[in-house]
Amino acid sequence: MASSIAIENVHAAYGAVRVIEDVSLRVDAGETVALLGTNGNGKSTLMKCIMGIVRPQAGRIVADIDGQKHDLVGKTPEQIVDLGIALVPEGRRLFPKLTVEENLLLGAFRKTARAQIKANMDFCFEAFPRLAERKSQLAGSMSGGEQQMLALGRALMQAPRILLVDEPSVGLAPLLVARTIDAIKQLKEHYQLTVLMAEQNFTQAVRIADRGYVIVHGKIAFEGRSADELNNNDLVRQLYMGM
Amino acid sequence: MRNTIFFLVSLAVALVIYFGLRAFGIDYLFVAGYVIVQYVVLATAWNILGGYTGYVNFGSAAFFAVGAYSSVTLITIATHIEDWFSESVAAALNTVFPLPIPVLVVIAGIVGGLIGYGMGYLTLRLRGAFFAIATLALAVVLATLVVNWEFVGGSSGAYVIAPAEMIFFKSYKEYLFALMLLMAVGSLVVARAIERSKLGYGFAAIRDDELAAEASGVPTLNLKLVATTLSGAMMAMAGAPFPYFIGFIQPSSAFGLEYAVNSIAMPMIGGTLSWMGPLVGAVLLGTLQQLANVTISSAVNLLIVGLLLIVFVIIAPNGIVGLVQDRLRARRTK
Repeated sequence: MASSIAIENVHAAYGAVRVIEDVSLRVDAGETVALLGTNGNGKSTLMKCIMGIVRPQAGRIVADIDGQKHDLVGKTPEQIVDLGIALVPEGRRLFPKLTVEENLLLGAFRKTARAQIKANMDFCFEAFPRLAERKSQLAGSMSGGEQQMLALGRALMQAPRILLVDEPSVGLAPLLVARTIDAIKQLKEHYQLTVLMAEQNFTQAVRIADRGYVIVHGKIAFEGRSADELNNNDLVRQLYMGM
Repeated sequence: MRNTIFFLVSLAVALVIYFGLRAFGIDYLFVAGYVIVQYVVLATAWNILGGYTGYVNFGSAAFFAVGAYSSVTLITIATHIEDWFSESVAAALNTVFPLPIPVLVVIAGIVGGLIGYGMGYLTLRLRGAFFAIATLALAVVLATLVVNWEFVGGSSGAYVIAPAEMIFFKSYKEYLFALMLLMAVGSLVVARAIERSKLGYGFAAIRDDELAAEASGVPTLNLKLVATTLSGAMMAMAGAPFPYFIGFIQPSSAFGLEYAVNSIAMPMIGGTLSWMGPLVGAVLLGTLQQLANVTISSAVNLLIVGLLLIVFVIIAPNGIVGLVQDRLRARRTK
Protein backbone atom coordinates (compact mmCIF):
# COMPACT_ATOMS: atom_id res chain seq x y z
CA MET A 1 0.00 0.00 0.00
CA ALA A 2 1.19 3.46 -0.71
CA SER A 3 0.55 6.97 0.41
CA SER A 4 0.33 10.29 -1.31
CA ILE A 5 -0.48 13.87 -0.55
CA ALA A 6 -2.33 16.54 -2.52
CA ILE A 7 -2.30 20.25 -1.78
CA GLU A 8 -5.02 22.23 -3.49
CA ASN A 9 -5.16 26.03 -3.74
CA VAL A 10 -3.65 26.64 -0.32
CA HIS A 11 -3.29 30.19 0.98
CA ALA A 12 -1.44 30.98 4.19
CA ALA A 13 -0.36 34.14 5.99
CA TYR A 14 1.20 35.31 9.25
CA GLY A 15 -1.10 38.15 10.25
CA ALA A 16 -1.15 40.55 7.33
CA VAL A 17 1.91 39.05 5.67
CA ARG A 18 0.87 36.71 2.90
CA VAL A 19 3.31 33.85 2.61
CA ILE A 20 1.63 31.30 0.38
CA GLU A 21 -0.75 32.15 -2.41
CA ASP A 22 -2.81 29.58 -4.20
CA VAL A 23 -0.30 26.77 -4.07
CA SER A 24 -1.30 23.42 -5.50
CA LEU A 25 1.00 20.46 -5.67
CA ARG A 26 0.90 16.74 -5.26
CA VAL A 27 3.28 14.03 -4.22
CA ASP A 28 2.25 10.69 -5.62
CA ALA A 29 2.80 7.36 -3.98
CA GLY A 30 6.44 6.39 -3.74
CA GLU A 31 7.73 9.60 -5.26
CA THR A 32 10.42 11.92 -4.06
CA VAL A 33 9.37 15.44 -4.88
CA ALA A 34 11.63 18.43 -4.39
CA LEU A 35 10.20 21.77 -3.38
CA LEU A 36 12.79 24.24 -4.56
CA GLY A 37 13.08 27.85 -3.64
CA THR A 38 15.44 30.31 -2.03
CA ASN A 39 14.96 31.74 1.45
CA GLY A 40 11.68 33.37 2.33
CA ASN A 41 9.57 31.95 -0.45
CA GLY A 42 7.25 29.91 1.77
CA LYS A 43 8.73 26.41 1.68
CA SER A 44 8.80 25.98 5.44
CA THR A 45 5.38 27.54 5.84
CA LEU A 46 3.95 25.03 3.41
CA MET A 47 5.54 22.23 5.42
CA LYS A 48 4.03 23.66 8.59
CA CYS A 49 0.63 23.86 6.89
CA ILE A 50 0.80 20.17 6.06
CA MET A 51 1.74 19.33 9.66
CA GLY A 52 -1.06 21.46 11.12
CA ILE A 53 1.39 23.80 12.84
CA VAL A 54 0.26 26.72 10.68
CA ARG A 55 -3.39 26.77 9.68
CA PRO A 56 -4.00 27.70 6.04
CA GLN A 57 -6.54 30.45 5.36
CA ALA A 58 -7.99 28.62 2.42
CA GLY A 59 -7.48 25.49 0.40
CA ARG A 60 -7.39 21.78 1.00
CA ILE A 61 -4.62 19.42 2.00
CA VAL A 62 -5.58 15.82 1.52
CA ALA A 63 -3.41 12.89 2.47
CA ASP A 64 -4.08 9.45 1.14
CA ILE A 65 -2.63 7.02 3.64
CA ASP A 66 -2.72 3.43 2.45
CA GLY A 67 -5.95 3.98 0.56
CA GLN A 68 -7.68 6.12 3.18
CA LYS A 69 -8.24 9.80 2.47
CA HIS A 70 -7.77 12.33 5.26
CA ASP A 71 -8.40 16.05 5.15
CA LEU A 72 -5.48 17.52 7.09
CA VAL A 73 -6.70 21.10 7.48
CA GLY A 74 -8.06 21.57 10.99
CA LYS A 75 -6.28 18.54 12.41
CA THR A 76 -3.78 19.02 15.24
CA PRO A 77 -0.11 18.19 14.65
CA GLU A 78 -0.30 15.10 16.83
CA GLN A 79 -3.27 13.76 14.84
CA ILE A 80 -1.36 14.32 11.63
CA VAL A 81 1.70 12.56 13.03
CA ASP A 82 -0.60 9.72 14.05
CA LEU A 83 -1.76 9.36 10.47
CA GLY A 84 1.81 8.63 9.44
CA ILE A 85 3.18 11.96 8.27
CA ALA A 86 6.52 12.96 9.76
CA LEU A 87 8.43 16.21 9.49
CA VAL A 88 12.15 16.68 9.80
CA PRO A 89 12.09 20.35 10.73
CA GLU A 90 14.37 23.00 9.32
CA GLY A 91 17.50 23.49 11.37
CA ARG A 92 17.02 19.98 12.82
CA ARG A 93 15.36 21.18 16.02
CA LEU A 94 16.54 18.37 18.27
CA PHE A 95 16.01 18.22 22.00
CA PRO A 96 19.52 19.38 22.94
CA LYS A 97 19.42 18.48 26.63
CA LEU A 98 18.22 14.94 26.00
CA THR A 99 20.39 12.06 24.89
CA VAL A 100 20.44 10.63 21.38
CA GLU A 101 18.42 7.65 22.52
CA GLU A 102 15.86 9.83 24.28
CA ASN A 103 15.50 11.96 21.16
CA LEU A 104 14.76 8.86 19.15
CA LEU A 105 12.29 7.57 21.72
CA LEU A 106 10.44 10.87 21.60
CA GLY A 107 9.96 10.32 17.91
CA ALA A 108 7.92 7.29 18.86
CA PHE A 109 5.70 9.23 21.25
CA ARG A 110 2.46 8.35 19.49
CA LYS A 111 0.69 5.06 20.10
CA THR A 112 0.93 3.87 16.51
CA ALA A 113 4.71 4.15 16.58
CA ARG A 114 5.31 2.49 19.91
CA ALA A 115 4.72 -1.04 18.67
CA GLN A 116 7.71 -0.79 16.37
CA ILE A 117 10.12 1.05 18.65
CA LYS A 118 12.69 -1.68 18.75
CA ALA A 119 12.76 -2.48 15.04
CA ASN A 120 12.87 1.20 14.09
CA MET A 121 15.58 1.98 16.61
CA ASP A 122 17.67 -0.93 15.37
CA PHE A 123 17.29 0.30 11.82
CA CYS A 124 18.25 3.86 12.80
CA PHE A 125 21.41 2.59 14.43
CA GLU A 126 22.16 0.40 11.45
CA ALA A 127 21.62 3.23 8.98
CA PHE A 128 23.53 5.73 11.11
CA PRO A 129 26.16 3.83 13.10
CA ARG A 130 27.36 7.10 14.61
CA LEU A 131 24.08 7.40 16.47
CA ALA A 132 24.62 3.99 18.06
CA GLU A 133 28.09 5.04 19.20
CA ARG A 134 26.70 8.22 20.73
CA LYS A 135 23.55 6.74 22.18
CA SER A 136 23.92 8.32 25.60
CA GLN A 137 25.49 11.59 24.50
CA LEU A 138 23.45 14.78 24.70
CA ALA A 139 22.04 15.65 21.29
CA GLY A 140 23.12 19.28 21.60
CA SER A 141 26.77 18.31 21.87
CA MET A 142 26.98 16.55 18.50
CA SER A 143 28.22 17.95 15.22
CA GLY A 144 25.84 19.35 12.62
CA GLY A 145 26.01 16.30 10.40
CA GLU A 146 25.34 13.92 13.26
CA GLN A 147 22.47 16.08 14.40
CA GLN A 148 20.93 15.91 10.95
CA MET A 149 21.18 12.12 11.05
CA LEU A 150 19.48 12.14 14.43
CA ALA A 151 16.73 14.42 13.14
CA LEU A 152 16.10 11.98 10.30
CA GLY A 153 16.21 9.06 12.70
CA ARG A 154 13.76 10.73 15.05
CA ALA A 155 11.29 11.24 12.22
CA LEU A 156 11.64 7.60 11.22
CA MET A 157 10.81 6.49 14.75
CA GLN A 158 7.31 7.73 14.00
CA ALA A 159 6.97 4.89 11.49
CA PRO A 160 5.82 7.37 8.85
CA ARG A 161 4.28 6.70 5.46
CA ILE A 162 5.00 10.19 4.20
CA LEU A 163 8.20 11.99 5.11
CA LEU A 164 8.52 15.75 4.89
CA VAL A 165 12.08 17.04 5.01
CA ASP A 166 12.60 20.76 5.45
CA GLU A 167 15.97 22.03 4.24
CA PRO A 168 18.21 19.14 5.25
CA SER A 169 21.27 20.98 3.93
CA VAL A 170 21.08 24.01 6.23
CA GLY A 171 24.35 24.62 8.02
CA LEU A 172 26.12 21.54 6.71
CA ALA A 173 29.40 21.20 4.86
CA PRO A 174 29.01 20.22 1.17
CA LEU A 175 30.20 16.67 1.76
CA LEU A 176 27.70 16.23 4.58
CA VAL A 177 24.91 17.65 2.45
CA ALA A 178 25.56 14.97 -0.15
CA ARG A 179 25.64 12.30 2.54
CA THR A 180 22.38 13.53 4.06
CA ILE A 181 20.67 13.49 0.68
CA ASP A 182 21.94 9.95 0.10
CA ALA A 183 20.62 8.93 3.51
CA ILE A 184 17.18 10.28 2.64
CA LYS A 185 17.19 8.23 -0.53
CA GLN A 186 18.26 5.12 1.33
CA LEU A 187 15.59 5.55 4.00
CA LYS A 188 12.96 6.18 1.40
CA GLU A 189 13.77 2.93 -0.32
CA HIS A 190 13.93 0.91 2.87
CA TYR A 191 10.60 2.12 4.23
CA GLN A 192 8.93 2.69 0.83
CA LEU A 193 8.24 6.25 1.82
CA THR A 194 6.70 9.07 -0.10
CA VAL A 195 8.99 12.07 0.31
CA LEU A 196 8.47 15.81 -0.03
CA MET A 197 11.73 17.66 0.41
CA ALA A 198 12.08 21.43 0.63
CA GLU A 199 15.57 22.45 -0.35
CA GLN A 200 17.55 25.32 -1.73
CA ASN A 201 20.53 23.26 -2.69
CA PHE A 202 19.28 22.59 -6.19
CA THR A 203 21.98 20.26 -7.49
CA GLN A 204 21.84 18.00 -4.47
CA ALA A 205 18.06 17.87 -4.31
CA VAL A 206 17.68 17.07 -7.98
CA ARG A 207 19.97 14.07 -7.59
CA ILE A 208 17.31 12.08 -5.78
CA ALA A 209 14.10 13.85 -6.85
CA ASP A 210 11.69 12.30 -9.30
CA ARG A 211 10.21 15.69 -10.03
CA GLY A 212 9.97 19.07 -8.45
CA TYR A 213 8.32 22.41 -8.03
CA VAL A 214 9.94 25.82 -7.88
CA ILE A 215 8.27 28.17 -5.45
CA VAL A 216 8.84 31.92 -5.79
CA HIS A 217 7.22 34.50 -3.52
CA GLY A 218 4.69 31.99 -2.26
CA LYS A 219 3.54 30.83 -5.68
CA ILE A 220 4.45 27.79 -7.72
CA ALA A 221 6.50 29.33 -10.51
CA PHE A 222 7.43 26.16 -12.31
CA GLU A 223 6.56 22.50 -12.23
CA GLY A 224 9.16 20.11 -13.51
CA ARG A 225 7.72 16.74 -14.44
CA SER A 226 11.13 15.13 -14.31
CA ALA A 227 14.57 15.86 -12.98
CA ASP A 228 15.65 16.66 -16.55
CA GLU A 229 12.96 19.24 -16.96
CA LEU A 230 14.19 20.94 -13.79
CA ASN A 231 17.77 20.82 -14.96
CA ASN A 232 17.00 22.41 -18.31
CA ASN A 233 14.59 25.10 -17.20
CA ASP A 234 15.46 28.76 -17.70
CA LEU A 235 13.88 29.95 -14.47
CA VAL A 236 15.79 27.37 -12.49
CA ARG A 237 19.01 28.35 -14.24
CA GLN A 238 18.36 31.97 -13.50
CA LEU A 239 17.50 31.38 -9.81
CA TYR A 240 20.06 28.79 -8.90
CA MET A 241 22.90 28.85 -11.32
CA GLY A 242 23.19 32.53 -12.09
CA MET A 243 22.96 31.85 -15.80
CA MET B 1 7.85 -0.76 41.39
CA ARG B 2 10.82 1.54 41.67
CA ASN B 3 8.42 4.30 42.59
CA THR B 4 7.15 2.23 45.51
CA ILE B 5 10.69 1.75 46.79
CA PHE B 6 11.39 5.46 46.41
CA PHE B 7 8.18 6.23 48.28
CA LEU B 8 9.10 3.91 51.14
CA VAL B 9 12.63 5.28 51.37
CA SER B 10 11.51 8.91 51.43
CA LEU B 11 8.81 8.05 53.94
CA ALA B 12 11.47 6.49 56.15
CA VAL B 13 13.65 9.59 55.80
CA ALA B 14 10.65 11.76 56.69
CA LEU B 15 9.98 9.66 59.80
CA VAL B 16 13.61 10.00 60.88
CA ILE B 17 13.43 13.77 60.42
CA TYR B 18 10.17 13.97 62.32
CA PHE B 19 11.25 11.89 65.30
CA GLY B 20 14.66 13.55 65.27
CA LEU B 21 13.09 16.99 65.65
CA ARG B 22 10.63 15.64 68.20
CA ALA B 23 13.55 14.41 70.32
CA PHE B 24 14.71 17.99 70.77
CA GLY B 25 11.35 18.87 72.29
CA ILE B 26 11.51 22.47 70.98
CA ASP B 27 8.30 23.62 69.36
CA TYR B 28 10.08 26.30 67.36
CA LEU B 29 11.91 23.64 65.35
CA PHE B 30 8.55 22.53 64.01
CA VAL B 31 7.66 26.10 63.08
CA ALA B 32 10.90 26.59 61.18
CA GLY B 33 10.70 23.08 59.77
CA TYR B 34 7.16 23.65 58.54
CA VAL B 35 8.23 26.67 56.51
CA ILE B 36 11.16 24.81 54.97
CA VAL B 37 9.12 21.73 54.10
CA GLN B 38 6.35 23.92 52.72
CA TYR B 39 8.91 25.38 50.34
CA VAL B 40 9.95 21.88 49.31
CA VAL B 41 6.36 21.29 48.19
CA LEU B 42 6.06 24.71 46.52
CA ALA B 43 9.40 24.45 44.72
CA THR B 44 8.69 20.91 43.54
CA ALA B 45 5.26 21.97 42.29
CA TRP B 46 6.69 25.01 40.48
CA ASN B 47 9.35 22.84 38.90
CA ILE B 48 6.82 20.52 37.26
CA LEU B 49 5.73 23.41 35.05
CA GLY B 50 8.76 25.69 35.21
CA GLY B 51 11.56 23.12 35.18
CA TYR B 52 10.15 20.18 33.25
CA THR B 53 8.23 22.05 30.55
CA GLY B 54 10.18 25.32 30.78
CA TYR B 55 7.16 27.56 31.32
CA VAL B 56 8.09 30.09 33.99
CA ASN B 57 5.22 30.77 36.37
CA PHE B 58 5.46 34.03 38.31
CA GLY B 59 2.10 33.40 39.95
CA SER B 60 3.11 30.82 42.57
CA ALA B 61 1.95 33.11 45.35
CA ALA B 62 -1.50 33.20 43.78
CA PHE B 63 -1.79 29.40 43.81
CA PHE B 64 -0.47 29.26 47.35
CA ALA B 65 -3.04 31.87 48.37
CA VAL B 66 -5.80 30.01 46.53
CA GLY B 67 -5.06 27.02 48.75
CA ALA B 68 -4.91 29.15 51.89
CA TYR B 69 -8.13 30.97 51.06
CA SER B 70 -10.02 27.86 50.08
CA SER B 71 -9.28 26.69 53.62
CA VAL B 72 -10.31 30.05 55.09
CA THR B 73 -13.57 29.87 53.14
CA LEU B 74 -14.38 26.41 54.46
CA ILE B 75 -13.38 27.34 58.00
CA THR B 76 -15.56 30.49 57.83
CA ILE B 77 -18.48 28.48 56.48
CA ALA B 78 -18.15 26.20 59.50
CA THR B 79 -18.66 29.19 61.83
CA HIS B 80 -21.83 30.27 60.00
CA ILE B 81 -23.61 26.93 59.94
CA GLU B 82 -25.89 27.78 62.88
CA ASP B 83 -26.96 31.10 61.29
CA TRP B 84 -27.69 29.67 57.85
CA PHE B 85 -29.39 26.37 58.47
CA SER B 86 -32.21 25.02 60.56
CA GLU B 87 -31.22 23.25 63.76
CA SER B 88 -31.44 19.69 62.46
CA VAL B 89 -29.46 20.42 59.29
CA ALA B 90 -26.89 22.36 61.30
CA ALA B 91 -26.48 19.46 63.69
CA ALA B 92 -25.87 17.13 60.78
CA LEU B 93 -23.40 19.52 59.15
CA ASN B 94 -21.57 20.07 62.43
CA THR B 95 -20.65 16.41 62.51
CA VAL B 96 -18.39 17.00 59.49
CA PHE B 97 -17.53 20.70 59.94
CA PRO B 98 -15.03 22.06 60.72
CA LEU B 99 -13.32 19.84 58.18
CA PRO B 100 -10.08 18.14 59.21
CA ILE B 101 -6.98 19.66 57.59
CA PRO B 102 -6.19 16.70 55.29
CA VAL B 103 -9.65 17.20 53.74
CA LEU B 104 -8.95 20.92 53.38
CA VAL B 105 -5.71 20.03 51.62
CA VAL B 106 -7.53 17.80 49.14
CA ILE B 107 -10.17 20.45 48.44
CA ALA B 108 -7.47 23.10 47.99
CA GLY B 109 -5.78 20.75 45.55
CA ILE B 110 -8.96 20.46 43.50
CA VAL B 111 -9.52 24.24 43.48
CA GLY B 112 -5.86 24.94 42.65
CA GLY B 113 -5.94 22.31 39.92
CA LEU B 114 -9.03 23.87 38.35
CA ILE B 115 -7.46 27.33 38.42
CA GLY B 116 -4.24 25.90 37.02
CA TYR B 117 -6.19 24.26 34.21
CA GLY B 118 -8.05 27.49 33.52
CA MET B 119 -4.85 29.50 33.53
CA GLY B 120 -3.25 26.99 31.19
CA TYR B 121 -6.19 27.03 28.85
CA LEU B 122 -6.15 30.82 28.64
CA THR B 123 -2.43 31.42 28.51
CA LEU B 124 -0.55 28.43 27.14
CA ARG B 125 -0.76 29.61 23.58
CA LEU B 126 1.62 32.31 24.78
CA ARG B 127 5.26 31.41 24.97
CA GLY B 128 8.30 32.57 26.87
CA ALA B 129 8.10 35.96 28.52
CA PHE B 130 4.47 36.45 27.51
CA PHE B 131 3.37 33.40 29.48
CA ALA B 132 5.33 34.63 32.52
CA ILE B 133 3.66 38.04 32.33
CA ALA B 134 0.23 36.41 32.07
CA THR B 135 0.84 34.40 35.25
CA LEU B 136 1.89 37.58 37.02
CA ALA B 137 -1.38 39.17 35.93
CA LEU B 138 -3.30 36.19 37.28
CA ALA B 139 -1.73 36.76 40.69
CA VAL B 140 -2.77 40.41 40.67
CA VAL B 141 -6.34 39.58 39.62
CA LEU B 142 -6.76 36.92 42.32
CA ALA B 143 -5.25 39.16 45.00
CA THR B 144 -7.69 41.93 44.07
CA LEU B 145 -10.60 39.50 44.28
CA VAL B 146 -9.60 38.33 47.75
CA VAL B 147 -8.98 41.86 49.02
CA ASN B 148 -12.55 42.73 48.06
CA TRP B 149 -14.15 39.56 49.36
CA GLU B 150 -15.47 40.43 52.81
CA PHE B 151 -16.58 36.87 53.63
CA VAL B 152 -12.98 35.73 54.02
CA GLY B 153 -11.94 38.91 55.80
CA GLY B 154 -11.13 41.13 52.83
CA SER B 155 -8.13 43.37 53.17
CA SER B 156 -8.30 43.42 56.97
CA GLY B 157 -7.75 39.68 57.21
CA ALA B 158 -9.28 36.86 59.22
CA TYR B 159 -8.43 35.04 62.43
CA VAL B 160 -8.23 31.30 62.25
CA ILE B 161 -8.07 29.52 65.55
CA ALA B 162 -6.55 26.10 65.65
CA PRO B 163 -8.11 23.46 67.88
CA ALA B 164 -6.31 23.28 71.20
CA GLU B 165 -6.25 19.55 71.78
CA MET B 166 -4.39 17.05 69.68
CA ILE B 167 -4.07 13.32 69.83
CA PHE B 168 -0.52 11.94 69.57
CA PHE B 169 1.02 15.29 68.59
CA LYS B 170 2.21 17.52 71.42
CA SER B 171 1.24 20.73 69.67
CA TYR B 172 -0.68 21.92 66.66
CA LYS B 173 2.49 23.15 64.97
CA GLU B 174 3.91 19.69 65.30
CA TYR B 175 0.83 18.21 63.66
CA LEU B 176 1.04 20.70 60.78
CA PHE B 177 4.73 19.97 60.34
CA ALA B 178 4.08 16.22 60.13
CA LEU B 179 1.30 16.82 57.61
CA MET B 180 3.46 19.08 55.45
CA LEU B 181 6.32 16.60 55.63
CA LEU B 182 3.99 13.93 54.30
CA MET B 183 2.93 16.26 51.50
CA ALA B 184 6.56 16.89 50.65
CA VAL B 185 7.13 13.14 50.37
CA GLY B 186 4.07 12.92 48.15
CA SER B 187 5.15 15.76 45.88
CA LEU B 188 8.68 14.34 45.49
CA VAL B 189 7.26 10.95 44.61
CA VAL B 190 4.97 12.53 42.01
CA ALA B 191 7.78 14.66 40.55
CA ARG B 192 10.16 11.74 40.31
CA ALA B 193 7.54 9.46 38.78
CA ILE B 194 6.77 12.09 36.14
CA GLU B 195 10.43 12.54 35.33
CA ARG B 196 10.87 8.90 34.44
CA SER B 197 7.63 8.51 32.54
CA LYS B 198 6.45 9.11 29.01
CA LEU B 199 4.81 12.26 30.38
CA GLY B 200 8.19 13.49 31.63
CA TYR B 201 9.84 12.94 28.26
CA GLY B 202 6.97 14.80 26.64
CA PHE B 203 7.55 17.70 29.06
CA ALA B 204 11.28 17.66 28.33
CA ALA B 205 10.58 17.75 24.60
CA ILE B 206 8.39 20.82 25.07
CA ARG B 207 11.12 22.48 27.12
CA ASP B 208 13.88 21.76 24.64
CA ASP B 209 12.03 22.61 21.44
CA GLU B 210 8.29 22.98 21.32
CA LEU B 211 8.01 23.00 17.54
CA ALA B 212 10.05 19.84 17.23
CA ALA B 213 7.93 18.26 19.93
CA GLU B 214 4.82 19.06 17.91
CA ALA B 215 6.39 17.70 14.77
CA SER B 216 7.24 14.50 16.65
CA GLY B 217 3.61 14.05 17.57
CA VAL B 218 3.85 15.10 21.21
CA PRO B 219 0.39 16.52 22.10
CA THR B 220 1.95 19.71 23.44
CA LEU B 221 -1.18 21.60 24.48
CA ASN B 222 -2.59 18.63 26.40
CA LEU B 223 0.69 17.98 28.17
CA LYS B 224 1.06 21.63 29.12
CA LEU B 225 -2.44 21.54 30.57
CA VAL B 226 -1.50 18.49 32.62
CA ALA B 227 1.55 20.39 33.88
CA THR B 228 -0.33 23.58 34.85
CA THR B 229 -3.11 21.59 36.51
CA LEU B 230 -0.76 19.41 38.50
CA SER B 231 1.55 22.27 39.42
CA GLY B 232 -1.38 24.49 40.44
CA ALA B 233 -2.96 21.75 42.51
CA MET B 234 0.24 21.01 44.39
CA MET B 235 0.96 24.68 45.12
CA ALA B 236 -2.56 25.17 46.45
CA MET B 237 -2.18 22.07 48.61
CA ALA B 238 0.96 23.59 50.11
CA GLY B 239 -1.07 26.67 51.01
CA ALA B 240 -4.05 24.86 52.51
CA PRO B 241 -2.76 24.43 56.09
CA PHE B 242 -1.27 27.96 56.08
CA PRO B 243 -4.23 29.72 57.84
CA TYR B 244 -3.98 27.30 60.75
CA PHE B 245 -0.22 27.70 60.83
CA ILE B 246 -0.21 31.49 60.84
CA GLY B 247 -3.38 32.05 62.89
CA PHE B 248 -4.19 35.36 61.28
CA ILE B 249 -4.33 35.57 57.52
CA GLN B 250 -4.54 38.59 55.27
CA PRO B 251 -4.07 38.94 51.52
CA SER B 252 -0.64 40.50 51.85
CA SER B 253 0.70 37.50 53.77
CA ALA B 254 -0.92 34.82 51.58
CA PHE B 255 0.01 36.55 48.32
CA GLY B 256 3.46 37.42 49.71
CA LEU B 257 6.30 38.16 47.33
CA GLU B 258 8.46 35.59 49.10
CA TYR B 259 6.33 32.71 47.80
CA ALA B 260 6.62 33.80 44.19
CA VAL B 261 10.34 34.52 44.47
CA ASN B 262 11.28 31.47 46.52
CA SER B 263 9.37 28.99 44.42
CA ILE B 264 11.31 30.19 41.38
CA ALA B 265 14.68 30.71 43.07
CA MET B 266 14.78 27.39 44.91
CA PRO B 267 14.51 25.15 41.84
CA MET B 268 16.86 27.47 39.93
CA ILE B 269 19.51 27.23 42.63
CA GLY B 270 19.01 23.51 43.20
CA GLY B 271 18.60 22.60 39.53
CA THR B 272 15.45 22.40 37.46
CA LEU B 273 16.06 19.20 35.52
CA SER B 274 15.42 16.68 38.26
CA TRP B 275 13.27 16.24 41.36
CA MET B 276 16.38 16.62 43.52
CA GLY B 277 16.96 20.22 42.46
CA PRO B 278 13.94 21.82 44.11
CA LEU B 279 14.51 19.67 47.20
CA VAL B 280 18.14 20.75 47.54
CA GLY B 281 17.30 24.37 46.75
CA ALA B 282 14.38 24.55 49.16
CA VAL B 283 16.23 22.92 52.03
CA LEU B 284 19.31 25.11 51.47
CA LEU B 285 17.56 28.42 50.95
CA GLY B 286 14.77 27.68 53.41
CA THR B 287 17.23 26.81 56.16
CA LEU B 288 19.35 29.88 55.43
CA GLN B 289 16.26 32.05 55.61
CA GLN B 290 15.16 30.53 58.89
CA LEU B 291 18.64 31.06 60.33
CA ALA B 292 18.63 34.65 59.13
CA ASN B 293 15.20 35.07 60.71
CA VAL B 294 16.47 34.31 64.19
CA THR B 295 19.97 35.78 63.91
CA ILE B 296 19.64 38.90 61.76
CA SER B 297 16.11 39.82 60.75
CA SER B 298 13.32 38.45 58.61
CA ALA B 299 13.73 41.42 56.27
CA VAL B 300 17.05 40.05 55.05
CA ASN B 301 15.44 36.91 53.62
CA LEU B 302 14.73 38.12 50.13
CA LEU B 303 18.15 39.76 49.98
CA ILE B 304 19.76 36.37 50.59
CA VAL B 305 17.64 34.83 47.85
CA GLY B 306 18.52 37.59 45.41
CA LEU B 307 22.25 37.37 46.04
CA LEU B 308 22.33 33.59 45.86
CA LEU B 309 20.32 33.63 42.67
CA ILE B 310 22.82 35.96 41.02
CA VAL B 311 25.74 33.84 42.18
CA PHE B 312 24.18 30.62 40.93
CA VAL B 313 23.09 31.98 37.60
CA ILE B 314 26.75 32.82 36.99
CA ILE B 315 28.62 29.85 38.46
CA ALA B 316 26.05 27.07 38.11
CA PRO B 317 23.36 27.82 35.56
CA ASN B 318 22.10 24.25 35.88
CA GLY B 319 21.86 24.52 39.65
CA ILE B 320 23.65 22.58 42.34
CA VAL B 321 22.43 19.23 41.04
CA GLY B 322 23.53 20.11 37.52
CA LEU B 323 26.94 21.19 38.80
CA VAL B 324 27.46 17.93 40.67
CA GLN B 325 26.31 15.89 37.67
CA ASP B 326 28.70 17.74 35.37
CA ARG B 327 31.59 17.07 37.77
CA LEU B 328 30.71 13.39 37.97
CA ARG B 329 30.45 13.13 34.19
CA ALA B 330 33.81 14.86 33.77
CA ARG B 331 35.44 12.49 36.24
CA ARG B 332 33.99 9.44 34.52
CA THR B 333 35.33 10.43 31.11
CA LYS B 334 38.77 11.32 32.49
